[in-house]
Amino acid sequence: MPDNAQIVRVLPEVLLSVFGTLLMVLDALTGRRRKGFLGLLALAAIYAAWIGALISYGKPGAAFYGMVAVDGLATFFRVLICAVGFLTVLSSMSYLQRDGLPQGEYYALILFSLAGQGLMAVSTDLILIFLGLEISSISTYILAGFLRQDGRSTESALKYFFLGSFATAFLLYGVALLYGAAGSTRLAAIQSAIAGGQAGGPLLGAAIGLLFVGLAFKVSAAPFQMWTPDVYQGAPSPVAAFLSTGPKAAAFAVFLRVFFTALPDAGPAWRWVLWVSALLSMTIGNLAALRQTNIKRLLAYSSIAHAGYVLVAFAARTPIGAAAAMFYLAAYAFMNIGAFVVVSHLAGRGEQYVEVDDYAGLGARRPILAALLTIFLLSLIGIPLTGGFFGKFYIFRAAIHGELIWLAVLGLLNTAVAAYYYLRVIVVMYMREPQTDVPLDPLPASVAAALLVSAAATFYLGLFPGRVLDFASRSAALLLPR
Amino acid sequence: MPPLLNIVLLLPLAGFAALLLLPRRDHRLIRFTALFFSLATFAASLWLLRTPAASGFQWEINRPWIDDPAIRYHVGVDGISLWLVLLVTFLTPIAVLASWRHIDSRVKEFFALLLVLETGMIGVFVALDLFLFYVFWEVTLVPMYFLIGVWGHQRRIYAAMKFFLYTMAGSVLMLAAILWLYNLAGTFDFPALRSLLASGQATLTPAQELLLFAAFFLAFAIKVPLFPLHTWLPDAHVEAPTAGSILLAAVLLKMGAYGMLRFCLPLFPQASRGLAPAICLLAIIGIVYGALVCLVQPNMKKLVAYSSVSHLGFVVLGIFSFTQLGADGAVYQMLNHGITTGALFLLVGMLYERGHSLDIADYGGVATPAPGLAAAFLITSLASAGLPLLNNFVGEFLVLQGVAEVSFRYAAAAAVGVVLAAWYLLWLFQRVFLGETPEAVASQVSDLRPREWAAVVPLLVMMLWMGVYSRSFLERISATTATTLTHLELRVENLPPHAR
Repeated sequence: MPDNAQIVRVLPEVLLSVFGTLLMVLDALTGRRRKGFLGLLALAAIYAAWIGALISYGKPGAAFYGMVAVDGLATFFRVLICAVGFLTVLSSMSYLQRDGLPQGEYYALILFSLAGQGLMAVSTDLILIFLGLEISSISTYILAGFLRQDGRSTESALKYFFLGSFATAFLLYGVALLYGAAGSTRLAAIQSAIAGGQAGGPLLGAAIGLLFVGLAFKVSAAPFQMWTPDVYQGAPSPVAAFLSTGPKAAAFAVFLRVFFTALPDAGPAWRWVLWVSALLSMTIGNLAALRQTNIKRLLAYSSIAHAGYVLVAFAARTPIGAAAAMFYLAAYAFMNIGAFVVVSHLAGRGEQYVEVDDYAGLGARRPILAALLTIFLLSLIGIPLTGGFFGKFYIFRAAIHGELIWLAVLGLLNTAVAAYYYLRVIVVMYMREPQTDVPLDPLPASVAAALLVSAAATFYLGLFPGRVLDFASRSAALLLPR
Repeated sequence: MPPLLNIVLLLPLAGFAALLLLPRRDHRLIRFTALFFSLATFAASLWLLRTPAASGFQWEINRPWIDDPAIRYHVGVDGISLWLVLLVTFLTPIAVLASWRHIDSRVKEFFALLLVLETGMIGVFVALDLFLFYVFWEVTLVPMYFLIGVWGHQRRIYAAMKFFLYTMAGSVLMLAAILWLYNLAGTFDFPALRSLLASGQATLTPAQELLLFAAFFLAFAIKVPLFPLHTWLPDAHVEAPTAGSILLAAVLLKMGAYGMLRFCLPLFPQASRGLAPAICLLAIIGIVYGALVCLVQPNMKKLVAYSSVSHLGFVVLGIFSFTQLGADGAVYQMLNHGITTGALFLLVGMLYERGHSLDIADYGGVATPAPGLAAAFLITSLASAGLPLLNNFVGEFLVLQGVAEVSFRYAAAAAVGVVLAAWYLLWLFQRVFLGETPEAVASQVSDLRPREWAAVVPLLVMMLWMGVYSRSFLERISATTATTLTHLELRVENLPPHAR
């Protein structure tokens, strides 16, 4: 029987699951017109989980026979994921009402998905990691197809489901092989088996390769990025915002934990895999984004490129790199959600207005909204004083520190290429004549709040990155086995 | 010491904040607020004149900003940056005046961006931490991008995009170099880096030094712009609104030259020496090529833009002559070019406001309806062409003298540029201001209004002052350039004999 301390260590996931179930029950019990409070309840649940994450950080350590471990990394990602969930729910409330979508199950699915992601962040056992990944993924498959009447959304869900299932199968196969090689699914035990020389050879290599494929799919890193634009384009915009930040951050948390804690001695083999994948992701993402006319596809390709930047930090294989990756994911979460929230607000009922050209003259028609989108885009470019800049700065610093000078130079040149397509959106907003046939709804308070929080966080990380980076550095230092 | 540099940096930002709070429709109030804050910044920056002529940095403020990596808010001025800061604060009110009537849409945003740009430009010249320098360097990019893209002429979007991407491509390489330097030496602090490298506590292999130099130099050379990286400049200048052109030519180009003098030479002396012949050659090509293009240029603004390519060639040549006179002349020429080319763009902008055309062929005999404008234009042209007693003469003379010490052939080739400058500028004056006055011009063009005089006269005064009392400037410039050159020497002498 687990004692209280152990329960506290999975408190956020418990809270999220309980509230998720509660939401489904309440959804069935309330009338059609009175469902507004469900969103507020979801917000309260995420807030409670956030508090829970902080409480459980007060009692760090392992629990459930070493299946989970509450440490800096877990807490960092739990807090980040809760923030992502909170902003997603905040921006979804008016979206769901506008399009007349069922609310209860939507929020419940978000909560379950968050629970899965939280589990991914805390697990130190491959089986539990797999479980967390599946909980998170299955909820998001449904969320991607939430616009049932829309063919694109159905296509998106189907594509995400099939390819996602393949990827998890690869991952599971990797887990099985790793178990075969090392004789355990505990990360620490795997590490000591490799360090002690009991595990190695082609079996280990194949296991690492399969794990990489599974995770690379989840973070949409090249060459496993194909699904991303179609899925993001078809999914409801708030869901696309969520997909590009929450599950991605959690998958990167697993990446960090598995590769740093279990496989640090697995040699330079995966360094080159990461090197190539990082460069491919950045280059493919950015070059493809140059040609996009649909803003959701544009942001989807940009998210592939950003996954590439994070992989640059991974390729450095140092705690500095891990900390840089963590910081970047936080900065990326806020700027990307911010951008997607603007997109989702402007898209209008049934997401009719998602072409870049629909933004013509937005600077004159909605100066504040345009200014906010500009801030997020400048942050995505990596202009100083925004979180995106420090994120890139830390990543490329880690790369140069890790002697990956050419990767850093190529990555930085990539950011210059990327500037073009983000700027194109700004050009359309400020330098083209307004199109009057695109209707502009007033900004609902919840959306405004989500935007302001994202913008504030983007500036905070751009002006005072010290505290967040400091926490990330301390957490990353603990990842490597001693 | 009072935190003077903080005040100078923050005043324009305060203006920016104030503008955001003002009502959108009250254009008059917005213009006066912008003018007030830019003048206040200028007034505050005049305290910098109390800086003594010493070799080190003055008015330093050095505070931690981020702990890891150690990034410090470290600012200060010396005999070079002091004048460049004053150039910025002097020209911003003039840019505000130049936009007074010219800008009539989105007035609030325009002046707000202008003030952000001012902070960015000042920041570039006072930052002593490489990271901070990079931040300011990039911060200038965004407002200028908007100034060109939103308030520019026909092909503004193309020009704004080109400006942004060219600069960004250069500056990301600089960022890589800054990070690499940090990795090697463990600090972003410029004075610390300089002494670490000079004393040999941090060493670079020749290959490393060459790559680092190249990365920094490329970013600066794009900004200057050095031939053949200049192609963004005519587009950006022609399409930008007047205030944008003034600040672009007068200040943003100087950021490149300043960067070479401040960072490339002291940090990478061997690479600087090694590549100097090639760089000087490119500078001379730029001088002559720019001047030749000016001779066949039908568009006034483009003509002034290409004259910048030519004039900036002198600056680069002076810097890479590695002589005291050459360096002094280069710095002086940076200021001169800021004043005279700023004035040329201002006057061309005033002509455009009247005649709605930039084509030389559309004008003629403007001196008859607008004698004041013609007089101001003539003085500015003569200054730009290097007439004695006016400012450019001093700078060009010093550069040529310095270059001649090293290579007479270089000096002779560069002197061709001076001759051509007189030709194309006076010919421009003749075609636009003299001769018969066409009907359209006579009806449209009026003489300068008091507000316009207020913008022009300070520039004319400075041209004369800097031409006559150059000593008051050069004393402090020399003190600093001498230090820079010493650093260049020190390092070479530290080397074993075979590597010298």
